[in-house]
Amino acid sequence: MIPAAFEYSRAHSVTEAVAQLREAGPEAKVIAGGQSLLPMMRMRLARPAHLVDVNAVRELDYVRVEDGHLRVGAMTRHVTLARSEVVQRHLPLLAEMASEVGDAQIRSRGTLGGVMAHADAAGDYPTLATMLDAMIVTDRRRIAAGDFFQHLFTTPLDLDELVCEVVFPVAAGPRRYLKFRRRLFDWAIVGAGVQRTEAGWRVGLTHVGPTPVRARGVEAALASGATPVEAAAHASDGLEPTSDVRATADFRLHLARVLTRRALEQAA
Amino acid sequence: MAVSQLIGARVQRREDPRLITGRGHFIEDHVLPGLAHMAVVRSPHPHARIVGIDKAAAQSLPGVLAVLTAQDFKAQISGGMPVTPAFAPEKKYVPERFPIAESEVCFQGEPVAVVVATSRALAADAADLVQVEYEPLPAVVDPEAAMVAGSFKAHSDGPDNIGWDMTFAGGDIDAAFAKAEIRVSERILQQRLAPTAIEPRGVMADYSPYDERLTLWLSSQNPHFIRLFVSGAMGLPESHVRVVSPDVGGGFGSKISPYPEDYLVPAASRILSRPVRWIETRTESVMTTIHGRGQVFTAEAAALRDGTLLGLRLTQVLDLGAYHGTFGAFQACACLMSGGVYRWEAISARTVGVLTNKVPTDPYRGAGRPEGTHLCERMVDRVAQELGMDPADLRRKNFAQEFPYVNNFGLTYDSGNYDGTLDRALELVDYPGWRQRQAKAREEGRLIGVGLSTWVEICGFGPSQPTAAATGGIGLVEAAEIRFLPSGSVAAYVGTHAHGQGHDTTFSQIVADTLGVPLAAIEVHHGDTAEGPAFGYGTYGSRSLAVGGMALHQAATVVREKARQLAAHLLEASPDDLDFAQGTFSVRGNPAAHKTVQEVALAAYGGSLPEGMEHGLEAVSYFDPPNFVWPFGAHICVVEVDRDTGAVAIQKYVAVDDCGNVINPMIVEGQLHGGIAQGISQALYEEVVYDQESGQLVTGTMVDYLIPTMNELPVPTLDRTVTPSPTNALGVKGIGEAGTIASSAAVINAICDALSPLGIHHVDMPATPERIWRMIQEAAR
Repeated sequence: MIPAAFEYSRAHSVTEAVAQLREAGPEAKVIAGGQSLLPMMRMRLARPAHLVDVNAVRELDYVRVEDGHLRVGAMTRHVTLARSEVVQRHLPLLAEMASEVGDAQIRSRGTLGGVMAHADAAGDYPTLATMLDAMIVTDRRRIAAGDFFQHLFTTPLDLDELVCEVVFPVAAGPRRYLKFRRRLFDWAIVGAGVQRTEAGWRVGLTHVGPTPVRARGVEAALASGATPVEAAAHASDGLEPTSDVRATADFRLHLARVLTRRALEQAA
Repeated sequence: MAVSQLIGARVQRREDPRLITGRGHFIEDHVLPGLAHMAVVRSPHPHARIVGIDKAAAQSLPGVLAVLTAQDFKAQISGGMPVTPAFAPEKKYVPERFPIAESEVCFQGEPVAVVVATSRALAADAADLVQVEYEPLPAVVDPEAAMVAGSFKAHSDGPDNIGWDMTFAGGDIDAAFAKAEIRVSERILQQRLAPTAIEPRGVMADYSPYDERLTLWLSSQNPHFIRLFVSGAMGLPESHVRVVSPDVGGGFGSKISPYPEDYLVPAASRILSRPVRWIETRTESVMTTIHGRGQVFTAEAAALRDGTLLGLRLTQVLDLGAYHGTFGAFQACACLMSGGVYRWEAISARTVGVLTNKVPTDPYRGAGRPEGTHLCERMVDRVAQELGMDPADLRRKNFAQEFPYVNNFGLTYDSGNYDGTLDRALELVDYPGWRQRQAKAREEGRLIGVGLSTWVEICGFGPSQPTAAATGGIGLVEAAEIRFLPSGSVAAYVGTHAHGQGHDTTFSQIVADTLGVPLAAIEVHHGDTAEGPAFGYGTYGSRSLAVGGMALHQAATVVREKARQLAAHLLEASPDDLDFAQGTFSVRGNPAAHKTVQEVALAAYGGSLPEGMEHGLEAVSYFDPPNFVWPFGAHICVVEVDRDTGAVAIQKYVAVDDCGNVINPMIVEGQLHGGIAQGISQALYEEVVYDQESGQLVTGTMVDYLIPTMNELPVPTLDRTVTPSPTNALGVKGIGEAGTIASSAAVINAICDALSPLGIHHVDMPATPERIWRMIQEAAR
């Protein structure tokens, strides 16, 4: 419960953060809200030699709408997303997701960029980003969500690269995100999100594999007129979830179908 | 004159302003000059031979004061850790347990070395650098597999894995079964639970080499027993050891028995001649603090077609873990309480304690009584279901009615009114209404269930004669001391030790009423062996009020009667002619002639005492209860099961309990809220999981070991009846464990009731969504 020793520096801008990362070398890690990294360090599952603290990088804390897109700075905290009128108006599903992350303490610390960079299979925002084809913008490039989440905790980010922004398409039609979890503050054992867009339904799944999944089989069925019950039967198509102490693979596949159906039925 | 009485009043907890504003003092809040910090190097294997330990890298780290192994501690600590007879006096195999492993580790987390350093972080770093070479040995994880001849052995030099194997015979079981018109049988699991007190364990020791005295601060429910054990093991006179247990952030039974660190920290302090502290991490807590439950029951019940219960035959397989817990065999009391509140012709209960390569089990809130109740209440429901009888009717038909009631094992239930609590609970929950809603829901394909749990508990340990035999010599009486200071304030010293129960408040209420002094004048002292009577017996087993509260009441009564003698002398009256009310002695018929108890207290230190009276106004009293106490009640839970996901939602929870006279209703309700939460948590959430193949702990963090929060728990509807205990002057019974004892059965019975249309008769704990979903799938095949 005590982290191994590490060096620490605080960055005040993106340029400074990248410079500090470069200088600190390959064992450095960025710390944003710290809600995933610090527990891992306390259990000594992560032992970064250097932490670059980006909490003072104010330029990355913003929410704005431009050209039909919602642009969210990486240092925007869950609580900000949940309460933002801009998010509630232009991408309400993001605000709803944010309001159900962890507990109040976690929501006031954790950040959108941190969730993306951490790439936990149980993260909620990666599912939304994947199903809506969001863009992850770093200090040097733009990466499509579909290319960003490569594997469990694995992204194409360079060691000295910083997530700066996530660009979502706006979507305010019927939507629902359901998490199956034992306790209110838990991560999803399985999550299912649905969003009606101008181009039809988008459907995404959380924690049914190493990366978030866009349920194209469900989307296609809906596009061809299937009912929610019929379409949701395709939610588990092609999935290969793992078994762990929270759920077996079978149960995850079942939950993917049940939650997708319920999300479609409850979408409003 | 208005009579104020604090007993029975909802007095706000006196300790709370301090505790909820962060002014409590827990172990980690205690610091001494020159304090060194200890970290423990633990076995990552459930079972292995220690081939070698290389300390060099750890020792070379600047700031590391010592790296110590079993070799170093053998010169400091003699003998093994204690194992009491408890309810299984005839043990077959008790592996010797030294606080730190020397050649073989037998559970994951067993200490193999300790590091002492100038900071806690440094100690943790250095612990990572201690290189231990292990030769893994096969681990035995499943207790039933461990019973089989030829199984892997938890200890490679042991004869087998059988710690004990004994049968409690209560009546002629064959004769009872011979009359049976129906029989039901079931296999019922009690999963391992981690007590997870919010304050983990912690030990700080300061050994003074000049006068060979040891002060030990530790988070304990049981400071005097720890002093007894540690002084003996370290070769110190008991009087040279002081154990201080300040505020304790929860225990639930896990801070009763001594732990390896209770010996290793003071030994390290003696080796280094400086104070040493160790604070348990959360992962250490789940891995190395005792676990509760861990039992498998097979049971068969026999009954007549009219619902008359005849016989109960059961076997308890108790997963001991790698060593016997100090009070591990206490859990065999599940057998003695397996008949519950019912009349049975006969009960035969076999208990088998089995060694496995896991952390030892030991008493955890309820300890044996939740298991016995769960078993009994499940079997009674199974009989009712088999007969198509309403479970409330079947219960009523078989309740013990005449009190004192002697159960099949010769235990005497002091008083009871089982129909009274059940009737009230059925009324509060609106039983007929729920049965109607259930029937309608079933037509719609929804799964609603109503579960009953009518329970009785043995607690208030306990009479000296049986408990001295159970502990191996110390009778569990209780001691208290009352001391008036000259100015009239009162110091009360008790041998129990609160760790959340609100004793500062409840005990003050008893003293205030007995002595007629205001609450603010009373200071309750506990948790320091340097203060008060010679010995205290600790807080567990719902004993503090029924035994300790009585000791306090007796001591206060002795003091009051001495004050009466002195007041009579001062008033030149006969003591028999004095009335005592609201803290004032007055001459009957002449109320103007009076002395307040404060005036009498001052006089007790003055110059005009009556002939033959000693100075001072204080008394020590020991209370040896004539019997245990037997609280009881009825809990009813209503659930709806989500057919698609197996998730259980509690719709309503009603508890009507009877703990005799109540000193503070608010504290009783608080104990019930917490206890019910803990039982629901066992029913639905908590389980310590070990990988069955590797023996590795899977649920080592609070992410995987599921403790529910207020979001997941219902607010129970509470009520009570009052049937005083005839065995103590206060008429009280214990209530600390009651909620936990009753609630798991109510929840599981409700789930089974909900699933009964699908042909499902039993669901094990925790009743997770996946477990239930699988059973629904199975049943549909």
